[in-house]
Amino acid sequence: MAFKQITSPHAHAAQNTAKVMQLVLWSTIPGLLALSWHFGWGALINILLATITAVLSEALIIKLRKRSVRFYLSDYSAVVTAVLLGLALPPLCPWWVVVTGSLFSIVIAKQLFGGLGYNPFNPAMVGYVVLLISFPVQMTTWVTPLALLPEGISHPDIIESFRIVLGGSIPVDGVTGATPLDSFKYALGLTADQIYQQDPLFSRAKFASVGWEWVNLGFLVGGIIMLASRLFTWHGPVAMLATLALLSVIFWDGGSSQSPGSPLMHLLSGASMMGAFFILTDPVSSAVSNRGRLVYGALIGFLVYIIRAWGNYPDAVAFAVLLANFSAPLIDNYTLPRTYGHTDRRRATEKVED
Amino acid sequence: MRKTWLTPGGVHPPENKQQSLTQPIGELPIPDRLVVPLSQHIGAPSIACVKVGDCVLKGQKIADSAGSVSVAVHAPTSGTITAIEARPVAHSSGMTAPCIEISNDGLDQWIASEGIADFEHTSPSALLSVITEAGIAGMGGAGFPTAVKLNPGFQRPIDTLIINATECEPYITADDAIIRERAEEIIEGVRILSHILGNPSNILIGIEDNKPEAIAALRPHIQDTGISLVSFPTKYPSGGEKQLIYILTGKELPSGQIPADIGTVCVNIGTIYAIKRAVVDAQPLISRVTTVTGKACAINRNYNVLIGTAVSHLLQHNNFDQQACSRVVMGGPMMGFSLTSEDVPIVKTSNCILAPSYQEIPEDEPAQPCIRCGMCAEVCPASLLPQQLFWYSQAKDHDRLQAHNLFDCIECGACSYVCPSNIPLVQYYRNSKGEIKTAQQEKVKSDHARERFEFHKQRIEQAEQEREAKRAARREAAKQAKSTTAGSGSAADIVAAAQARAAAKKLSPEQQQAKLERAVTSAEMRAQKAQEKLDSATANNDTEEKLNVFSAALTAAQQKLDQAKARLAEHK
Repeated sequence: MAFKQITSPHAHAAQNTAKVMQLVLWSTIPGLLALSWHFGWGALINILLATITAVLSEALIIKLRKRSVRFYLSDYSAVVTAVLLGLALPPLCPWWVVVTGSLFSIVIAKQLFGGLGYNPFNPAMVGYVVLLISFPVQMTTWVTPLALLPEGISHPDIIESFRIVLGGSIPVDGVTGATPLDSFKYALGLTADQIYQQDPLFSRAKFASVGWEWVNLGFLVGGIIMLASRLFTWHGPVAMLATLALLSVIFWDGGSSQSPGSPLMHLLSGASMMGAFFILTDPVSSAVSNRGRLVYGALIGFLVYIIRAWGNYPDAVAFAVLLANFSAPLIDNYTLPRTYGHTDRRRATEKVED
Repeated sequence: MRKTWLTPGGVHPPENKQQSLTQPIGELPIPDRLVVPLSQHIGAPSIACVKVGDCVLKGQKIADSAGSVSVAVHAPTSGTITAIEARPVAHSSGMTAPCIEISNDGLDQWIASEGIADFEHTSPSALLSVITEAGIAGMGGAGFPTAVKLNPGFQRPIDTLIINATECEPYITADDAIIRERAEEIIEGVRILSHILGNPSNILIGIEDNKPEAIAALRPHIQDTGISLVSFPTKYPSGGEKQLIYILTGKELPSGQIPADIGTVCVNIGTIYAIKRAVVDAQPLISRVTTVTGKACAINRNYNVLIGTAVSHLLQHNNFDQQACSRVVMGGPMMGFSLTSEDVPIVKTSNCILAPSYQEIPEDEPAQPCIRCGMCAEVCPASLLPQQLFWYSQAKDHDRLQAHNLFDCIECGACSYVCPSNIPLVQYYRNSKGEIKTAQQEKVKSDHARERFEFHKQRIEQAEQEREAKRAARREAAKQAKSTTAGSGSAADIVAAAQARAAAKKLSPEQQQAKLERAVTSAEMRAQKAQEKLDSATANNDTEEKLNVFSAALTAAQQKLDQAKARLAEHK
């Protein structure tokens, strides 16, 4: 009598891709809570819109590719991309911004290359960069943190927020404002101390800037949860944050008017923590070996600092990540681990002599 | 405690070993027929030395070792040889192989034999031939002829003997069971091995710390023997040869070399027991301990199984429930291969039959795309990059695969075990290794063919050139001859010219005489030589054929001599 022929190994650990993705989603919650508390309902609405668009567009493309929609959608990867994009976009931005970005991420940056596992670039970041370049006004209109709202003004409630987003109407005066990195960059001629005293964004903050510091700390907590669950290794995030901190220490000239900002500000402003733990750890587009991830993370930290300090944009995580995605295959060629029984690391480009 | 080193990577699958250790090693009724494959080892398959219809006794040799890397095969019980033909065997390919089938006569009668009581005063080479003749190959799973492994040669002095009692795969407990019950004999086997290897300075028994009873069983017997028992933390795959050498000695085995190149020999503990039985008790390798386990069998236990017993016999004896079983695996859940039929025989390397239920080992889920999470790289004991190997394996990029050290993969399965996308990674690597090897062989053949073709072409060209040169020379000569005889055209002139040439060639009578005399002398010498040859052949009592040849030669020489003399006489 015949049995099935199946290859070894026959045992399997309980991990699967859907669970990995779900854990990433759970880990965004601390950051999301901080965002919602300090900046209102906008973030949640963005996430909702982005997720719906992403799932629908992925289902459509998979159907066009004549594959099983249920099988390919069940790994939650589209949801993760959408959530990350939703978190990155300014709260209360118009609905068409979110939808365009999400569509671009899923259809162009992911499915066009072959779907999950084949995209060379981080899909969420591709979507974000496309939006940043195409709709600069909408993408640079941020919401003022809760603590800084003028007397009598509060963030729009949920109905009002939906109306703003879907109707494209402008939020009430006083609700929008600049980000700390914006402030710092465009406050020309002032020393760092002066900026800190004058700008309420900084003067009323605990560590770096009002609202944003808590968002970054929230993402840091999420990142630690994922590290503890061994979803990824420490090499990428630590390399990025360390490089960012190191560069800001080197170029911190005591807070003069030319200074690009303190280490603490850089680490806890903008998308630093989210970039370190949620964006750069996207396994598909990052480098492959541990040493490679160190180089990759350091490159991202380096680029983020350069662009923030001397580039045209106040925040740079998206650009830095995309540039590093370009370099990931090259990094992989030269950062092979040393195999058991060999004395040296090899290069992937070696030709075998017969 | 002796120091141990930690290998990189590794996984901790659930051990599932307690189920099969509740009872001591059991015996099975001998089946009616035993099918013994001729190739149960690495190296040349053995050559049958019996015919269909022969009666054999238990332990009698039924196949000879074939060449230097081979072992003998013996009858597991007494009976009659009923067939020598291709039969299905337990191999992942599902192919058949030549086997000898013995029909059991129910008597189980042993062949007479005598063991070596005092092995310490027996030469190592004598012991090695006993081991080969006893059919002993590695019983840990690979089946390499043990005598070859124990004889690395003068260039490779051995200073470390490692005995592999690790048994790192889940479910398998065969080695654990024999250590518990036969510890004293095992230590005697270790001493035999030590003697063969010239008493290496380090003798280490490596065992995982999940076997406390086995450790306790061995300890009393190793007192004052110089043997060290080293236990280390449980992790899969610590039992791999490369990993075990590193754990116990801190030395890495360089890629492409064998342990003997670094002065080490690594032997499975089951093989050690078989060596002791062969040397001291003169019992060839005709049985082994196999674990039968998995929830689809009502009984989980270790058994002494005769080589050649069908897996169906084992399963039946343990109340196998086929409906509940997802697959039957020979070996463990990490590296064992699934059997397509239960009518295959147990061989020298079959350490476990695993029949799990669907809850234990469910159906494989379809593979999802690789997300390059890197969990596989974290658990690889050889520090490879499995995700890259998978990528290049799909792309069939042989150069990149080799640059990523594909051939250093030990196929342990840890990468597949943790892959969240359920990708059967090891299968891709096996496939690629096969493809690369085939491509290399093809390249050797095509290189050889190309060389021959080029040489052939060159030779033909050269021959052409020579012929051309000759033709040119002849044309020149003809032209010259024409130019000298130019002018005389009549037939009479040409005839006269030819006659003049013939007369010029003719010799004078004295020259003629001398020539004929020389002919006679040389003919005489030839006749003499022929005579001498015949005489010496007769004196040496050569075969009749040769004598006939020589006498015929002599007769011919005599004839030539007579002819030459006649011509001389005529001339005179």
